[in-house]
Amino acid sequence: MSRSELWIIILGGMAVTYLIRLSFFFFIPPDRLPEWFRRGLRYIPPAVLAALIVPDLLLLDGTLHLSFANHRLVAGSIAALVGWRTGNTWLTIISGLLAFGLLALL
Amino acid sequence: MSPSNSGAGPYSRPGIEFLRGARDQLPILLGVVPFGVIFGALAVSAGIPVFEAQSFSLFIFAGSAQFIAVSLIAGAASPFLIILTILVVNLRHMLYSAALAPHVYHLSNLWKIPLSWLLTDEAYVVASARYRKGSPEFAHWYFLGTGLTLWAAWQLSTFLGIALGALIPPGIGLDFALPLTFMALILPTLTDRPAWAAACAAGTFSLLLANLPFKLGLLIPAVLGVGVGLAVEIRSARAGHANGDPA
Repeated sequence: MSRSELWIIILGGMAVTYLIRLSFFFFIPPDRLPEWFRRGLRYIPPAVLAALIVPDLLLLDGTLHLSFANHRLVAGSIAALVGWRTGNTWLTIISGLLAFGLLALL
Repeated sequence: MSPSNSGAGPYSRPGIEFLRGARDQLPILLGVVPFGVIFGALAVSAGIPVFEAQSFSLFIFAGSAQFIAVSLIAGAASPFLIILTILVVNLRHMLYSAALAPHVYHLSNLWKIPLSWLLTDEAYVVASARYRKGSPEFAHWYFLGTGLTLWAAWQLSTFLGIALGALIPPGIGLDFALPLTFMALILPTLTDRPAWAAACAAGTFSLLLANLPFKLGLLIPAVLGVGVGLAVEIRSARAGHANGDPA
């Protein structure tokens, strides 16, 4: 990706992020937000992140790869378990990377 | 609040408010700094130049959105689609803006502009707890202190990550650190059944729609997942009413 494309992303990303954060401080009275929209906002992070994680772990060259031979899936599952038990960012990532490295050696 | 409280008590001066805001952000930094370091390292290992990598943190200042942008840049998505994705991922900040708006409504634009700039998940959590305590006279100084502390920590940790990332030789499998980072980000959001339903639905649709062009295989499953989360929330609310559960 070219540097100018990167700057389009940085400045465009800044503009949309800032407009969202400013929105109710300046433009919209808070009671104008529909109830369903307000409730739906809470589900954006889990939905977006799941849509990123699942294909990364399960797809190999566009096809489903559901087996122990899929190292990303196995290492990712170990990281999920560690993260769920410990709630620690570093341990989650390091356990997944370690598992991935060990599986590559086996 | 009685009038005798104004001008006295524990939250009486701008400087004290500012420092307390900074102090109360410190425990949260423990969770934020690792993400800043990892962001810096991943950004440079994805081929983003040092200055641009730091600029993502300087200008966008939104953790999850920055990680997702790096992942889409590595996947050669179009800049327009990346900006659209940043918009969707950060839409939740609207909720924070709406929640804090009554507290900043009386301030001048000179205050509203920097405060909204600093309105991240972490600043919202700490600042809204402060507003619940009352004594609002100088509470915007507290908001500023907590937001600036987070901002400074995000810049420094990104910088540290960029320095570390430059030392790591390319092709060492760091690309796998990105889904692992998303894993660390998603776990705290899975707090109840509707959130799980949103994640499971979005994950399933992301497999079914993986071959859509322009990386729409991210946005469309995400929107469908939010819809499923809402549907489950409405259904369990109705079931709760049927059981006489006031919640």
